[in-house]
Amino acid sequence: MNKMTGTALHAGSSTGQKKSPAQDSAVTIVLFAILCVLIIVSLFSGRVWLSPSEVVRGLFSSDAQLSSLIVTELRLPRTILAVMVGATLGLCGAVLQGFTRNPLAEPGLLGVSAGASFGAVIAIYFGISLISAVAIPLCGLLGAAAAMALTFALGRGGGTVSLVLAGAAVNAFLFALISLGLNLAPSVQAAYEIMTWLMGSLADRSWDHVVLVAPFIVGGCAMLAFTGRSLDALSLGELQAESLGVNMRRLGLIMLIGTAMAVGAATSVTGTIGFIGLIGPHLVRPFVRYQPSRILLPAAVAGAVLLLSADIVTRLISVGPEMKLGVFTALVGTPFFFWLILRMGKVSP
Amino acid sequence: MTELSASELTVNRGGRPILERVDFRGQSGEFVAVIGANGAGKSTLLAVLAGLLAPDIGKVSLDGRLLANISRVEIARRRAYLPQNPRCEWPISVERLIALGLTPALPAFGGLDAGMQTRIDAMLEEWDLLPHRGQAATTLSGGELARAMLARAAVSNPDMLIADEPISGLDPRHALDTVARLRASARGGKLVVAAIHDLTLAARYATRILALDHGRVAADGAPGDVLTADLLRKVFDVEARILGSGDGALVDYVAPLCVNADR
Repeated sequence: MNKMTGTALHAGSSTGQKKSPAQDSAVTIVLFAILCVLIIVSLFSGRVWLSPSEVVRGLFSSDAQLSSLIVTELRLPRTILAVMVGATLGLCGAVLQGFTRNPLAEPGLLGVSAGASFGAVIAIYFGISLISAVAIPLCGLLGAAAAMALTFALGRGGGTVSLVLAGAAVNAFLFALISLGLNLAPSVQAAYEIMTWLMGSLADRSWDHVVLVAPFIVGGCAMLAFTGRSLDALSLGELQAESLGVNMRRLGLIMLIGTAMAVGAATSVTGTIGFIGLIGPHLVRPFVRYQPSRILLPAAVAGAVLLLSADIVTRLISVGPEMKLGVFTALVGTPFFFWLILRMGKVSP
Repeated sequence: MTELSASELTVNRGGRPILERVDFRGQSGEFVAVIGANGAGKSTLLAVLAGLLAPDIGKVSLDGRLLANISRVEIARRRAYLPQNPRCEWPISVERLIALGLTPALPAFGGLDAGMQTRIDAMLEEWDLLPHRGQAATTLSGGELARAMLARAAVSNPDMLIADEPISGLDPRHALDTVARLRASARGGKLVVAAIHDLTLAARYATRILALDHGRVAADGAPGDVLTADLLRKVFDVEARILGSGDGALVDYVAPLCVNADR
């Protein structure tokens, strides 16, 4: 009550930009509503269009018809994965942008997604992927963990800069190894498989994939979600953040482990999907008045919305083979990147 | 009553001593101006006193407790620290920027309570920032940003304020205004330690001056005793005149010290 009177007292003298916290969460609510609609659309759409009654019957009845199989075994896991992976990328992008105070930071920054990709390439290269459908994501998770350990070993010395530099070095190293894998691929078929996997896709993912990566994604995202207050303090720079009680070393570690778990798991099941983590936070930032902690939740929902809509579009565009999700997000995302760079030139001090 | 003391502080960087056996003692009510040439070790000393940098040798204690044994959040609640040229990296509002000063006081879950909001409003008023309340901090002028940062430091009502060159880059009016506020906080019972290059302002407003020369304490005492032509020659390599004392003190630089032929 006191707070309200204080606000009202000074409202006249403020410059009129004041909004209530309720308006801050409006963007989250709107995005969430869009996400719900998209989830429903996602269950209907694809190469085979289903009628509402078929979807409902597919979801709730137990007899195994084709339409029911399509919904429960193909579209539902695919939709859930799209939401989880999109939310992960959006959240992680927001955390990393807050951590580095660099609007161009994205989830691949710390090398963990390159690690996951490399693990998957290993799985395909040595034919481990033939053993089980979850062999690729399993190897991807191991790769992400290894990349995390390497980034930590290289970058533990100092603050954000050394961690980001370590991530860049690990990224470069792992991409070299991925290229080597392509270079020495045992067969054309293996090389093709590696290539298509690297492009990123949600096609033909099953419940096995969901069950495998969900714990990592949920755990990693939970860790990242708790960095909000430290990220707020970091808007004043590292020294002031530390003076306000933020343990930079611990924050770096939480970020690295959280990213490795969430993004590592996401990448290991979908392949590389760019730009979602870059764009998501930018879309919502002005709506929450740039406060790093308030960006996290809407950025996650925005990431889910972006990825799910991209996935629906790739299912609907029929150009021979299904267009790969990673290719599509890169195609759509790059112009945004251009715009961002042009705009930064104008607004940066 | 707050007492910050340090003994035999030594910090080495790259095999070179930045601070060498520096002693410091400060308590509530004091406004200690740290002076010295560029590279004399002022920033390092302030960071060590603020508990942000562990000295290689020596100890800092706050009210008799070793700083190294106090949790960083507890330290953060008791002292505010402003680095040189503090910046805000996102276009958050001035009000939000000041609220960040309350970070260590926030409960584990939940945001600002009514009392905190009242403090923020009081700071906006006290530091002449009411018209800028909703303005993005990145669009403030240098003087406005410096004031906002000082308000951010003062909002938690800390026992001590450690500021690294809080008046660098400020115009005369804002520089005067700022040192006057720092002295007022000291009189109000806080310990203020600030690196200051403007010796006239230091002479007029500080209750004590600590002069650093190549990482060592060259002098430490009341402004009138510390600021002598001899000391300025030694510490800054300049010929200077010191006129008057107390509120009328004036430090006037005459010429850089020439290297004597026989030296």
